[in-house]
Amino acid sequence: MRQYIRVLAFPVFFFMSLLHRLYTALPAPGATTNLFGNLVRDPRHFQILTLGSLLTLIILWSDFGPTVHIFLITVLTTLLTQYALTKLYDLPRFDFRSPLISALSLSILLKAASIYIFPLAAFLAISSKFTLRVNDKHIFNPANFASVISLMMMPDHVWVSPGQWGSTVWLGFALICLGVMVLSSARRGDMAIFFLGSWAALIFGRAVWLGDPFAIPIHNIQSGALLIFAFFMISDPKTTPNHRVGRLIFAFITAAIGFSLQYGLQVREGIFYALFITCLFTPMIDSLLKDYKYQWGKI
Amino acid sequence: MGENMIRLFAVALSLLLIPGSAQAFCGFYVAKADASLFNKASKVVLSRQDNRTVITMANDFQGDVEDFAIVIPVPAVITKSQVNVSDGKIIDHLDSYTSPRLVEYYDEDPCAVRMYEEVMRMSGPVPMAAVADGTPAGAKALGVTILDEYTVGEYDIQILDAKQSDGLLTWLNQEGYKLPKGAEKILKSYIKQDMKFFVTKVNLAEFEKEGFSTLRPLQVAYEHDKFMLPIRLGTLNADGDQELILFTLTQEGRVEPTNYRTVKIPTDSDVPLYVKDAFGDFYKAMFTEAVEKEDKKAVFLEYAWDMAWCDPCAADPLPNDDLRELGAWWVDASNDNVSPVPVPMPGQPRIMPAPMPAPVNVFVTRLHVRYNAETFPEDLVLQVTNDRQNFQGRYVMRHPFTGPVSCEAGQEYYKSLPQRFEREAQSLASLTGWDVQEIRTKMNKNGQSFDIKAKTDERKWWEKMWEEER
Repeated sequence: MRQYIRVLAFPVFFFMSLLHRLYTALPAPGATTNLFGNLVRDPRHFQILTLGSLLTLIILWSDFGPTVHIFLITVLTTLLTQYALTKLYDLPRFDFRSPLISALSLSILLKAASIYIFPLAAFLAISSKFTLRVNDKHIFNPANFASVISLMMMPDHVWVSPGQWGSTVWLGFALICLGVMVLSSARRGDMAIFFLGSWAALIFGRAVWLGDPFAIPIHNIQSGALLIFAFFMISDPKTTPNHRVGRLIFAFITAAIGFSLQYGLQVREGIFYALFITCLFTPMIDSLLKDYKYQWGKI
Repeated sequence: MGENMIRLFAVALSLLLIPGSAQAFCGFYVAKADASLFNKASKVVLSRQDNRTVITMANDFQGDVEDFAIVIPVPAVITKSQVNVSDGKIIDHLDSYTSPRLVEYYDEDPCAVRMYEEVMRMSGPVPMAAVADGTPAGAKALGVTILDEYTVGEYDIQILDAKQSDGLLTWLNQEGYKLPKGAEKILKSYIKQDMKFFVTKVNLAEFEKEGFSTLRPLQVAYEHDKFMLPIRLGTLNADGDQELILFTLTQEGRVEPTNYRTVKIPTDSDVPLYVKDAFGDFYKAMFTEAVEKEDKKAVFLEYAWDMAWCDPCAADPLPNDDLRELGAWWVDASNDNVSPVPVPMPGQPRIMPAPMPAPVNVFVTRLHVRYNAETFPEDLVLQVTNDRQNFQGRYVMRHPFTGPVSCEAGQEYYKSLPQRFEREAQSLASLTGWDVQEIRTKMNKNGQSFDIKAKTDERKWWEKMWEEER
């Protein structure tokens, strides 16, 4: 463990301090913003950077990773779908960031026997954002929606490989995710912490109950799928409750459902189904606990 | 271009001469690295379809059969008809069929055409460590329910349900099962996860009656959503690392652990010729090197292939009856006309339609794990994926052409050889961690001299013409 930290510490802390410099150099909220300010303020830019580097790493390193073709076909489909639906729904601005993030998440997470599954999942992801809406918020995180629907509709063709990371990549990715979260999207990053905290409590609790060594939950938490889920799906500010207490409840319920599915019913992709289910209750939580709706890039 | 044409012709010829033979044209298989290379390697076959699982455990227990006893946690209650005693040869066959292989090519005369064929095999006995040992005794303790008790073949089997791990441990100890230190904690964990215990000893009377000299593999079939392989108890009585070769048979595709990283074993490397006589050492060193590179935390894929064909085949394909015996219940019985179909290497055009074998819808995965309690703290949790991409551990020897040459291409060929040998040496060194200078020395001694000189053909043209015809 120590050797990884030594190897990774320097680039990670360099990256984080750079972010910190950029962030503190920002003009105060309300001041005239420039292009650079916008770039740094919107947390999605950091997400794209993080997911993009991760995807590159997986393509180069993993024996069972996605190919460049898979990413290209996925990203092309998400962008085209976003563009077409922006026109169709007569929206003022075409936004490339969200579809790009969805494409990155899908190509990292999903495994399929055929490349044609990916454009299908990509289309599902983006169209869900436009069509499944309540109170002017979309209900599901696009990548989560697409993963769950693909897993349910095509169980013979789609799977997720949660073990396919290795601890070096995992640790580096975890540190960078934390850094990005702390520095750029503090307002909704709490979601990732709430969820990971609940998840850790459940699996460490299970180990205590079973009398297992902590090596087992420590090993279990080193899952790349879990990180993608925590930092890029459940922390999606658009599909989680607006109120902080609501988010805490939301995170815990998701963790509990996911845990029961995984350890009780042997459903390996339990957390993805769990988020799918709890997202259905976001509008209800929002109407009970009122707070401001999140907007990308606004503080 | 000319070379390609020649290759194609040779291929067509070999197909014509030996249709359906095990000799494939992508090189000739000469040696394999089966489980016998590794001490204390356990061989387990898992077949999985829907929630049906069949587990076959090879039994190469070397000690006195009286001392043999195992305790295996299983997810479901197992009745007598769910237990079978199989034939160890079938597992050995599957082991040979899927083991990493060494293939050899012979360079053609750069100025002419030639084709050699050679097939060589290597095999050996397979030692394996028992999971636990003890001597039979007869006493009962509290807190343990014997759900079922029966004799199958040479085995006395008890299915236990326990509420308390200390009770179970006491009972097992009284029965003569010596469980290692730390077993109680793990038993307790399994009890809470509602696992049952499959406890087996050898029935000496039956064993002598059957007249076998070794214990046969035990098989258990059950239905449960859990698809896993318990390895935790095994790590307790191990001194150092344990070795496991796990074979899986499915309809859909490759099997992978969901809680550990899977890595492909390095494959398709050109290695020096002397590896032929030391293929076992080579594979062992390479495997150890690969394990270290992954910090001892990965599961290695050695083979993943549709069982309808193989290329090159390291052994004859398994007949349908044997596949059924190993748990592939979906395969048609007694349909033995399965022949391996050589399929062209990627990029090579198919020159004639390959004869279609009887459809055997079995995808085999061979995983190799070296583990201990620290590096693999948790049982292997598995999943069947739909990945049907073929993979095999394959290492290539290329015999250089050593005869006299009479054309310029031949001179060029000889000039290029030292560089090729050097690449082979470097590749072997990086795969195994062996000293590259030592490798070069051995290559020099084994007909791969680094200062090889072209032998010029001094014969007159008419001599060559008529000598070759004769």
